[in-house]
Amino acid sequence: MLAATVFFVLPLAALVVRTPWSDLGAQLTTAEVREALGLSLACSLAATGLSIVLGVPLAWVLARTEFPGRAVARALVLLPMVLPPVVGGVALLLAFGRRGLVGQYLDAWFGVRLPFTTWAVVLAETFVAMPFLVITVEGALRSLDRRYEEAAATLGARRWTVMRRVTLPLIGPSLVAGAALAWARALGEFGATITFAQNSPGRTQTTPLAVYVLLQTNRSAAVALSLVLLAVAVLVLAVVGSRTLTRHGAVLGAAGGGQGG
Amino acid sequence: MTLDARIGLRKGALDLDLGLRVAPGELLVVVGPNGAGKTTALRALSGLEGIDAGFIRLDGATLDDPVVGVFTPPEHRPVGIVFQDGVLFPHLSALENVAFGLRGRGTGGVGARRRAHEWLDRVGLAAMARARPVALSGGQRQAVALARALARDPRLLLLDEPLAALDATTRSDMRHELRRHLDTYDGVRILVTHDPIEAIALADRIAVLEKGRITQEGTPADVRARPRSRYVADLVGVNLLAGRADGNLVRLSGGATLIVADPLPTGDVLAVVHPRAVALYADPPAGSPRNVWPVRVAAVDDEGERVRVRLSGPVDLVAEVTPAAASSLAVAPGASVFASVKATEVSVFPA
Repeated sequence: MLAATVFFVLPLAALVVRTPWSDLGAQLTTAEVREALGLSLACSLAATGLSIVLGVPLAWVLARTEFPGRAVARALVLLPMVLPPVVGGVALLLAFGRRGLVGQYLDAWFGVRLPFTTWAVVLAETFVAMPFLVITVEGALRSLDRRYEEAAATLGARRWTVMRRVTLPLIGPSLVAGAALAWARALGEFGATITFAQNSPGRTQTTPLAVYVLLQTNRSAAVALSLVLLAVAVLVLAVVGSRTLTRHGAVLGAAGGGQGG
Repeated sequence: MTLDARIGLRKGALDLDLGLRVAPGELLVVVGPNGAGKTTALRALSGLEGIDAGFIRLDGATLDDPVVGVFTPPEHRPVGIVFQDGVLFPHLSALENVAFGLRGRGTGGVGARRRAHEWLDRVGLAAMARARPVALSGGQRQAVALARALARDPRLLLLDEPLAALDATTRSDMRHELRRHLDTYDGVRILVTHDPIEAIALADRIAVLEKGRITQEGTPADVRARPRSRYVADLVGVNLLAGRADGNLVRLSGGATLIVADPLPTGDVLAVVHPRAVALYADPPAGSPRNVWPVRVAAVDDEGERVRVRLSGPVDLVAEVTPAAASSLAVAPGASVFASVKATEVSVFPA
């Protein structure tokens, strides 16, 4: 028990102790660092938005409809949570790369080349982050009393109105929790990004990639950036709330495994 | 304005097949045990459940007819439903709950809120307009749910055990309230319940639903006088005695008094005595606090394993005795016997 606590706390304490507090401001405002932070913020928010737009309908289908192969579909959706992110990156490359299954046509028909662009970062982050949103929202939809939606229907509300005025507000807290988890996962994404989008400063070099590079050249900057990511993680914990985390224990368990990639 | 429906529906173990004809202004109470299909029948009428066979017609318009492929989704039916525990939207205030169904019906946001306010006022909750459902009592929630359903001016009003979630005192208050509001509504009304008191107190007509079939239908008096099944006899065939409570006594409207176990607040009450709690004797019995009346046997219904004896006297009662007891007492119409009810066997409800 004590050993486990020490094991968890010690590295974090080391990070805080070794943080160059005196010139933290300077370390975090160099052009390179600001670029990485800005790119990370933009990409992770875009990935979270994409996860919501695609993930909420998917969660609804998984929670509310019966179709053959639903269990398989659900397993596939959750697979990125346990898949090594680098494998996800390779898979994305094989699908959307210039000679990938879909990528070759994107290039030939529309002249769209995704790999090594900022869009590739967004796709990679969405790929690993969306399952967190889907599983959280699906759980909320499952535990939502269907009679609220039925009552709304008997009061003349069509399906879209029911969704907008009853379902979404009622699952709101879970949607926020799921989005926060997805955002945290997207922000920390490393393996899939470096594989699918590579490591090009200003275009695809997000904060985790910058930390990795800076560790060779400017240790203080790397530690300062790590501290920022730690602070964000603590913030997400506060937003999601320990109760939600306990309820979605499986989600967090998988998050710990996946984020290492 | 009439409801004419034949509901055929299979769902899991439930095999529902019942016909309903309800006239405007009439309140039909469907009473039956849990699992009989009461709620499913209401869900079919409101379009939340499709029917497999039969039809649902309201005012001559066909809402459902699976044979010709007609199905009207719930949002397009002129049907209002009050669910068992209200099912108010927890994220909306009482006012917004009532206004929910008024939007997009030619009344804009402001108009909807004004009409919702009028409805809350009618159910006596204007002061609670801004309160969330969690801040309301059980009775208040049901009142808001009723206002929410009625505000849309439905042609058919369905009430699914509207008082079941309330405690006994609130329930009798709400029963009065409900009766009052239902009386001012001129559409077709159907209420389902498993509570015989509620059925008798509210119904113009009772339909008994057991295992998906209507086993008996008639006025409350009919059904009580001639229960046709064990379930009806147990639940609807109870002795209901109206009177005025006074300490440990209930002064019955016929002049007799009834001793009860616990002192009661003064007021009009309904005393319920189960027929099995009425014992018959040839001579006046002695013993624990009990009510004893000399009565005359009015009728005897031999139903095999039990005999229902209708008694008239200072108190009109139905007794249910074993065939052995009936024969040893020589119970026959015209016979004089003593009817006895223990004080502890009387349940009393505020009327």
